[in-house]
Amino acid sequence: MARYVLNRLAQAVMLLVIVSAIGFAILHLAPGGPLSQFAASAQMTQEDLARVSKQLGLDRPLPIQYLDWFGRMLKGDWGKSYRDGEAVLSVISSHLGATLELMITATIIAVLLGCWIGISGALRRYSLFDSLATVSAMIALSIPTFWFGLVTIYVFSVTLGWLPAGNRETVGDGSFLDLLHHLIAPAMVLALVETAMWGRFMRSSMLEVINQDYIRTARAKGMPEWRILTVHALRNALLPMITVAGLQFPTLLGGALVAETVFTWPGMGRLFLDSIGYRDYPVVMGILMFSAMMVLIGSLIADILYAVVDPRIRVG
Amino acid sequence: MADSTGKFGVGGLHHLGIPNRRQFFQLGAGAAAGWTLSGNAFAQTERPSSPPDKPRGQVIAALSQEPTVFHPLMPGIEVDQGIWWQVFSLLWYIDPEGNFVPDLAREVPTIENGGLSADGLTWKIKLRSDVKWHDGTPFTAEDVKFSLELINDSNFRARSRVGHSLVKDIKVVAPDEIHWRMEAPYSPYMSILGSLTFIVPKHILEKVSDPNSSPFHNAPVGTGPFRWGERVPGDHILLNANTGYHGKGPYVERVVFKYIPDLTVLYTQFRTGQVDYTGLQGILPNFVQEAKTLKGHKVVVSSTSSVEHIAPNLEFGPFADRAVREALYLGINKQAIIDALYYGLPTQTETFVPQQAWSFQQGLPQHKYDPAKANALLDAAGWVRGSGGVREKGGVKLEFTNSTTSGNAVREQTQQLLIQDWRAIGAAMRVNNMPAAVIWGDFWQQSKFNSVIVGVNFMLGSDPDVTPRFGSGAIPAKGGRGYNTYQYQSAEADRLLAEGARQFDLAQRKTTYGELQKLIRNDLAMLPLFQGFIAEGVKEGLQGFRPNINTSINCWNVREWYWA
Repeated sequence: MARYVLNRLAQAVMLLVIVSAIGFAILHLAPGGPLSQFAASAQMTQEDLARVSKQLGLDRPLPIQYLDWFGRMLKGDWGKSYRDGEAVLSVISSHLGATLELMITATIIAVLLGCWIGISGALRRYSLFDSLATVSAMIALSIPTFWFGLVTIYVFSVTLGWLPAGNRETVGDGSFLDLLHHLIAPAMVLALVETAMWGRFMRSSMLEVINQDYIRTARAKGMPEWRILTVHALRNALLPMITVAGLQFPTLLGGALVAETVFTWPGMGRLFLDSIGYRDYPVVMGILMFSAMMVLIGSLIADILYAVVDPRIRVG
Repeated sequence: MADSTGKFGVGGLHHLGIPNRRQFFQLGAGAAAGWTLSGNAFAQTERPSSPPDKPRGQVIAALSQEPTVFHPLMPGIEVDQGIWWQVFSLLWYIDPEGNFVPDLAREVPTIENGGLSADGLTWKIKLRSDVKWHDGTPFTAEDVKFSLELINDSNFRARSRVGHSLVKDIKVVAPDEIHWRMEAPYSPYMSILGSLTFIVPKHILEKVSDPNSSPFHNAPVGTGPFRWGERVPGDHILLNANTGYHGKGPYVERVVFKYIPDLTVLYTQFRTGQVDYTGLQGILPNFVQEAKTLKGHKVVVSSTSSVEHIAPNLEFGPFADRAVREALYLGINKQAIIDALYYGLPTQTETFVPQQAWSFQQGLPQHKYDPAKANALLDAAGWVRGSGGVREKGGVKLEFTNSTTSGNAVREQTQQLLIQDWRAIGAAMRVNNMPAAVIWGDFWQQSKFNSVIVGVNFMLGSDPDVTPRFGSGAIPAKGGRGYNTYQYQSAEADRLLAEGARQFDLAQRKTTYGELQKLIRNDLAMLPLFQGFIAEGVKEGLQGFRPNINTSINCWNVREWYWA
């Protein structure tokens, strides 16, 4: 087991190095730069721009810039944002809470609702409920998050006036109820696709399990149906969902990026978009590395859990 | 000199609205959440009222970009200025009418009051002695000296040294008086000092080891009407009233700058009453008509100094021929663009100077949409229609690309109209749009474009000195120092620019810059479309909002805002 974990860790580190090199190259080779936003200013001349560029070290060859950045990153110095001079790790951590709040809430909604829909659909295969759930999932997976977000705002904020049209809190309030009030709409929007995915995966997994011989045997032995479902079927059906959970992180992060923009949610997704727009290289690289680490850790945990549960994996 | 720069005006105001029942309740909900709006929903008219005796209530100002640079002398963008205006003070500022108004200075230096020598080389500034920094330390002439020297410090990442680099021999003669000498006369310096040269505290910044990075950069201390409160990155910045402010106001307890990047979402939050003011970039033109019908809100449409124009690269084949530029200009149906795409909000212009400025030159040749004349002009110049109807001359085809920021829907639609207009006169235009961070990089700065649609504020505060834009020595693609990406070269323009920068007499300067505008209009160094505008939403009851064409952001005077 230890060898398996070490092997997976080594792969993860290699992947991180590759991601950093490719990310750095793409970001810096893209035309424009952190100073292009000042181009229209009557105050700054070309000479001013060249001076500032030199002071930021942007005039050095790209490989030197990369090695410098990489060396400092290994020592725990992820650089400083070009926009506000804050340390990158501090910038990321200041946005992380908001994103986690949104992602965790959406995940809880998606897991509970998705599993319930999936299990119910599998148990009542081809019923009206199952058909409706299938069609709804297809629609949910096809709806662009941005559009759904705007519709949600229009219906619940503009027309009905029930929910705020965005923001994480009312400035000056920040009570739990206020936070919850603001969280409902974006979490709902973010959870939509997730719920559909969990529902579909859960339905397939459950179907596979309840058609197994040991379930038939349990039924033949006269075991109560609720016990068959909870003890035998559900436990085994949830196993493949460990992998689903591990791989959902990038999708969830992508969805959060859109939801945060529509609902003016001060999270990582918006930070990433803003930082790309400003060509804030240190922050973009920081978020890239952080996200890659999260994805790899998520996938690693899923793999290890699976290996713990199913010893055949370790050998394979 | 205070009066010598003349007066600027403000664009038209459009006020509307009484809230319906639902909106009233929404506003009421906001008040219940702690925003001092009570009663404001009923204050529908611009009835005169006085500011309160002490700061009262809170203003939520929405901005579509996030302010992130809080050191006012470092490179920042327009939105950062919204914070600088609240936290810091200038020696003097330029009001909406174009007057220099003393702020930290007791009076604006002029030749008449002895603040300026007749040759413009010696400046003597008398300062207020009743000003304190937000931490209670008295403001003195040492702070002014420190600020000017910091800008010229080679280790400091200063935004711009234009004008400042001419300042020599700074002497503090008293805690409330400072003198300096200019290496050469430079009259635009008055505007540079009065627009973005905010004074920073010596007693804090002299102690930092790296002038580009210190706690001050994220919790600035100034002498302005508001003190730094808190910043939630990606969300908002909260400023608290400085009750010891030396000037008028502030009249609200807090101002919250709320960052809402999507303009549709920004408008929605204004519509639902979550924000009190929609600042930079305001309300999209397609929402303006609807916004005017909203109850409990008013819409203020005002002119800006930015001039929307087509920038030709004058070194690019066909554009080097003035006849081509004139024909293309005649071939643009400008009014159709303004009416169809901008809902008739902006006004046509022929120059780089805002029409409200003292330096604006009246009587410039007015654009006329005349495709027949354009065709005749091109025929006469030897541009013959070839296959596909595209003209050519000497093997050079009259075809070119036009670029602008991708995602800017209205400019992209403008391009479609231009393609049609110019096809009718035998010119073929192709679209080559790019993201902002790309197009305004080397592509624009090093004149790698054929033509670009862009809005530029050419003014230095209120000064029409456009040496960095049209001076022959300011072409970056030729190693110049400036932003002459048009690659415009004219000995006469250079002469006028040098003369204007040396003159301190308003009448003389008006003549000089008038001649320059005639020259640039005649040469068609750029093809102007219209003067920029901004539609801003203000919640009813919020008084004191005054658009200022001499600043880049209209929330320059939040200190004067109050709830009626």
